[in-house]
Amino acid sequence: MNIIDTVLNDFFWRALLGGFGVALIAGPLGCFVVWRRMAYFGDTLAHSALLGIALSFLFSIPLNLGVLITSVILAMALLLFSRNKTLATDTLLGILAHSALAIGLVALSFMPEVRIDLTGLLFGDLLAMNRNDLLWIYGGAVVILTLLSVLWRGLLMSTIHEELARVEGVPVERLRLLLMLMFALVIAVAMKMVGVLLITALLIIPAATARRLANTPEQMAALAVVFGFIAVAGGLSMSWYLDTPAGPSVVVTAFTTFLIVYGSAGRFSASSSA
Amino acid sequence: MDEPLVDIKHLTVRFDDRPVVDRVSLTLYRGDIITIIGPNGAGKTTLIKAVLGIQAATSGHILRAKDLVIGYVPQHLSLESTLPLSIQRFMLLSGQPLAACIAALERTGVGHLLKASVHHLSGGEQQRLLLARALVRKPDLLVLDEPAQGVDINGQAALYDLIRQLRDELNCGVIMISHDLHLVMAATDKVICLNQHVCCSGHPADISHDPAFIETFGRPVAESLAVYHHHHNHSHDLSGNVVGTGHPGSATGHGECNHEHH
Repeated sequence: MNIIDTVLNDFFWRALLGGFGVALIAGPLGCFVVWRRMAYFGDTLAHSALLGIALSFLFSIPLNLGVLITSVILAMALLLFSRNKTLATDTLLGILAHSALAIGLVALSFMPEVRIDLTGLLFGDLLAMNRNDLLWIYGGAVVILTLLSVLWRGLLMSTIHEELARVEGVPVERLRLLLMLMFALVIAVAMKMVGVLLITALLIIPAATARRLANTPEQMAALAVVFGFIAVAGGLSMSWYLDTPAGPSVVVTAFTTFLIVYGSAGRFSASSSA
Repeated sequence: MDEPLVDIKHLTVRFDDRPVVDRVSLTLYRGDIITIIGPNGAGKTTLIKAVLGIQAATSGHILRAKDLVIGYVPQHLSLESTLPLSIQRFMLLSGQPLAACIAALERTGVGHLLKASVHHLSGGEQQRLLLARALVRKPDLLVLDEPAQGVDINGQAALYDLIRQLRDELNCGVIMISHDLHLVMAATDKVICLNQHVCCSGHPADISHDPAFIETFGRPVAESLAVYHHHHNHSHDLSGNVVGTGHPGSATGHGECNHEHH
């Protein structure tokens, strides 16, 4: 009995630790997704992750690596395509997002010898997180947080006004590329946790919740991390006690927090102005 | 001193083989105010983007003075409301110390807004903030893209006045785009009328007689400008004294000016 408890605790704590790691990077990156209106872009990269998984099996490389490479290639392709303005960006993203998802699904169906849990890929399998996944998450977190803190001023400036930033010597294009690479990395490490279809939610919802309470960009990023922690802890507990799927539970918790914060902050400001 | 800040020679910018800026040459020295006017789609914004160095030239070349610091005042600050940002923070992002930021804001008349959010500014406040943001970098060259857009008519005159004062204080060069023909004529040293190519250029008083100018803007506009400029020469503080201080002789000048506006 005691041994089983320890084991259960172990994977629960592993999941919690991994979730916190993802929240740590999804918070500040999610702020940029919200500020730069890149939600659809995030979705596109996330959907391409499934293609990455198929390719990983094909070339027998680690899943995270396959996903990372695919999203990096897709991010580059988007950057190139978006310079050619024949198609509106959202149309282009829509084409690539769903094509990547569909190609991924079709490719996987050609590999009957590969036994994979499709639901887990689409909606996440937080509780199956292993030590290797944790290594990816915290490795990714160190890289992304370091990059963000070094590039923060330039990223912020080019988000506020791209041309002004460019005139002031901010390497806008290079920063955009780096930001896209960071998105690719966060998708590669977060995919296992919330799944391909829900990653964008983890980026956007905590950041949007934080917006209600923040007065500076940095506050918003920090609060987004806190709300990410709450979502992960709440979602995992929900999954544990109610036996619900972990990924969707995390998103449901994030959404509930969002509703509570917007509801109560609205009441607060209404009563303070009265 | 005699070295130009910007020297443009036969600059051409093409989009899809269509020349947007066609063999434009332009030289700007310290202390100059050059205003670019022209119909919509004349390539005004493309030209100043080339000056700013954010638009590549198809042919021709642009020489900028060594270590030229450019202060850019864009048309708008269209910021996502999801990004919480105070004016103080926006100014500090220039990398300049707080004291300099406050001084710049006070110089453009929005010092009281230091702690305010950038999201709830009026058109005039926004333009003054952007001007302060350009100013705080102590620019050698000030580039403004329709600085008076969204500013009411009294504010426009004051804004152009401020730009002129800043030119004197910083001893910088100024290039701006403007649609406010009347105000431009009063506030500038040299006007360039752009319609892909430079259709005419020169001193404001002369340009309104230029056949090319009349062809681009039509005779009524040209005539009204000529008249306006004439009056302006004789009642120079009119623009500053719009609120009726009973300036002798300003009544007729003002009345006629209003008349020509319509």
